[in-house]
Amino acid sequence: MSRARRLVPALGLVPFLLYLLVFLVAPTVTVIVLAFQEQGRFTLGNLQVVTSGTALHALAESLVVSVSTAVIGAVLGALLAYIVVTMPERSLVRRAVTSLAGVLAQFGGVTLAFVFIATLSFNGVLTVALKSAVGIDLYGNGWLFGIPGLVLVYTYFQIPLMVIVFLPALEGLRPQWREAAVNLGATTWDYWRRVAIPLLTPAFLGSLLLLFANAFAAYATAAALISQGQPILPLLIRSALVSEVMLGRHGLAYALAFEMVIVVAVVMLAYTLLLRRTSRWLR
Amino acid sequence: MRRTSPAWALTRGVLLVLFAVFFFGPLLAMLDYSTRKDGASGRTGHWWSQLVTNPDLRGAIITSLLLALFTVVLMLVLLVPTMIWVRLRVPGASRLVEFLCLLPLTVPPLVIVVGISNVYAWVTYLFGDSALTLTFAYVVLVLPFAYRSIDAALAAIDAATLSEAARSLGAGWVTVIVRVVVPNIWSGIMGAAFITVALVLGEFVFSSLLHFDTLPVEINLLGKSQSHTSVAASLASILFVSALLLSLSFVGRRSRGTKGTTR
Amino acid sequence: MTTSPATRTGTTVRLDDLRRTYGSVHALDGLSLELGAGELVVLLGPSGCGKTTALRILAGLEEATSGTVEVGGKDITRVPANKRDMGMVFQAYSLFPHMTVRDNVAFGLRLRGQSTDRRTARAREMLEMVGLAEHEHRYAHQLSGGQQQRVALARALAIEPAVLLLDEPLSALDAKVRVQLRDEIRRVQLEVGTTTLFVTHDQEEALAVADRVGVMNAGRLDQIAPPTELYAQPATRFVAEFVGLSNKLPARVLDGRADVLGSRVPTVAGSVTGSGTALVRPESVTVAEAGDADGNARVVSVAFLGPVSRVYCRLDDGQEVLAQVASSLAARLSPESRISVGVEATPVLVVE
Repeated sequence: MSRARRLVPALGLVPFLLYLLVFLVAPTVTVIVLAFQEQGRFTLGNLQVVTSGTALHALAESLVVSVSTAVIGAVLGALLAYIVVTMPERSLVRRAVTSLAGVLAQFGGVTLAFVFIATLSFNGVLTVALKSAVGIDLYGNGWLFGIPGLVLVYTYFQIPLMVIVFLPALEGLRPQWREAAVNLGATTWDYWRRVAIPLLTPAFLGSLLLLFANAFAAYATAAALISQGQPILPLLIRSALVSEVMLGRHGLAYALAFEMVIVVAVVMLAYTLLLRRTSRWLR
Repeated sequence: MRRTSPAWALTRGVLLVLFAVFFFGPLLAMLDYSTRKDGASGRTGHWWSQLVTNPDLRGAIITSLLLALFTVVLMLVLLVPTMIWVRLRVPGASRLVEFLCLLPLTVPPLVIVVGISNVYAWVTYLFGDSALTLTFAYVVLVLPFAYRSIDAALAAIDAATLSEAARSLGAGWVTVIVRVVVPNIWSGIMGAAFITVALVLGEFVFSSLLHFDTLPVEINLLGKSQSHTSVAASLASILFVSALLLSLSFVGRRSRGTKGTTR
Repeated sequence: MTTSPATRTGTTVRLDDLRRTYGSVHALDGLSLELGAGELVVLLGPSGCGKTTALRILAGLEEATSGTVEVGGKDITRVPANKRDMGMVFQAYSLFPHMTVRDNVAFGLRLRGQSTDRRTARAREMLEMVGLAEHEHRYAHQLSGGQQQRVALARALAIEPAVLLLDEPLSALDAKVRVQLRDEIRRVQLEVGTTTLFVTHDQEEALAVADRVGVMNAGRLDQIAPPTELYAQPATRFVAEFVGLSNKLPARVLDGRADVLGSRVPTVAGSVTGSGTALVRPESVTVAEAGDADGNARVVSVAFLGPVSRVYCRLDDGQEVLAQVASSLAARLSPESRISVGVEATPVLVVE
């Protein structure tokens, strides 16, 4: 078959590729290019703003939220996944937990904010109940609508996400490895220390990175919860976009978005590398 | 070696209860909060009735549902033929398509929104400024999830062998796709559709920053003045999406069980 | 491949009336078995017969509902699996994927607190014994199935166990590799002299490597005997049908001899008297060319297997018989040829 004829079937991909070019690639490239532009000219000036006080502070807070929810979600999620995997495969509880994890991991956005507003806001159900029953003021200074609240709320979907992402790794631990280890004289502790934990570590770290990226890029929940100020990076980008007060503020939005892309891309690259090692061992 | 010690069974039970309280407690709180009379005691259906009586909210619900429908259709039209085509005719491109479909996971939606204003100026020029133009952006957002669902289904049925068998019996490519492959990946297609609906109903980044009035935007807006209504609407949304996603896991299970039967 | 068991050293094993029930299912229904020092005993049987259960109870990976396990004269029924001095080779996937071949083999030694130098030397020694010394730095996924099993064997023997356990070690491998590896396993076992229990469903494998073969059926041991005896003198119908092929021919038994296909042959102990069914091996069936009007059967088809051939015959009364003959004879036969079919004077088992 001539070269030209072999390429003809590939034309079937053109609509798809074009679509992605317009709606995915172009915006991303736009951000990267315009991050270095100021009214049509190449500049590094936007990057200087990015390293300014407000922007750096927002980045720091974003990192704090992302790291803490990733760690909490990873540890608790791994625990829940471990609980699931010790149950018989056909058991109702196990299947229920797995299905529910799939649903809860998709939670997020605005509705999640209101889940917690209903529970912990000033006249939230739990707040009211505790105040009248034991006199504890759960609402306090309104911590729910700031960074601590964000951490709590994000954990709500980070834990199920961890279960979904980490469970396959736990399921990939073959029973023969445990039996072989025991047969060669290993205690439970020996098995975990020398076999199970080394095998699970890349998967755990990879999942943790995924949780980090997930929290770092999240926008809607924070936007719904935090109406005052822009403590984290996504909200700072929002205010940069929305603000009409300062001309040329748009350059800041692009630069900040570029920053976000870099962080997430690096994390996802590390995640992919860890995934490759895991899949070789735990297939 | 499957002996569960009673100590572990007890620990496990306690931990599961704690997790259940953390995850379901707030949902129950939503139910309570959304049926409470503001300031007085007793139950009311007033906040829930807002879902139909409040014109802004009603409009937003309809908008979001329509958006979900449009996105599902456009996504299927774009993705299913492309994926089947790649599997059957251009297998060398499968890595590229996979990479592109999973790329939106790496680029935060917020970033795409920031860079998309030029493109959308264009889109609204061509198609008007209805919220339904969000469809184009939404298809990109749901791509990774839809891709995974359809890809799993395609892999499970060995589409290449089926198509070769059909071709050897005289079928043309259209017949192969429409009458051989698609009926067999129906569970994957349904999965992709359901998850698309779930994602569209909750999407906020694009709609709020491009100033369109979808359900999440309206919920957020009402949050300041009528938080009870927002909670009711959120709970309704959660229940609807959960029902969709849960039925997914049952559809998947059933089709796996009947694999191998012919119609 | 055998040597005299009396010249080997090693530990004895005794399983006494082992029973294992799951609800109403009797996986093991009273199994009693003794392994002599340095002996290789094969437990042979179809899936579900209990052979793997017996092995895993011996290993300590499962608990018997009742019965005892003795090793070297000591009752170890209650001893946990990681304190029994045994090495086990699993069917597949048992090498630790994150460790090199050498670290896998040295794993048991590491757990016993041996120094790095001693561990490494011993691991290398074991890898040499199975012929994989140059692969010590590789990982499991870089090895073929056969190589992985050899590493598993080295790993099990590195700790100098009292008993070696093999759970269908060849079942997951290609046919050609299977034959090579089973000879290898036997060679190593003889060299090291460890008492060994080997479980398989492949009767050819069992006959090739064992000192004695125990055929299991529905949780019980039907017969345990050296391979030649098992093959020539099956004790039950199940053994006769499971091990090797058997024709089922009508026979009449009188005075310890059976009338089969017009020949009188001796019977194996345990045969019934009066009329019954004789289990005759294809190679004991004789075939001779006959003239058009003579003979008692016709050839249905001939299958050439290389050194021997199988001739499918139909007797004039409709009975079908399978014979195994030299290919030189079979070459002269064709479908519809007239032949005379008889039975050699080797003992047969007659059942109801």
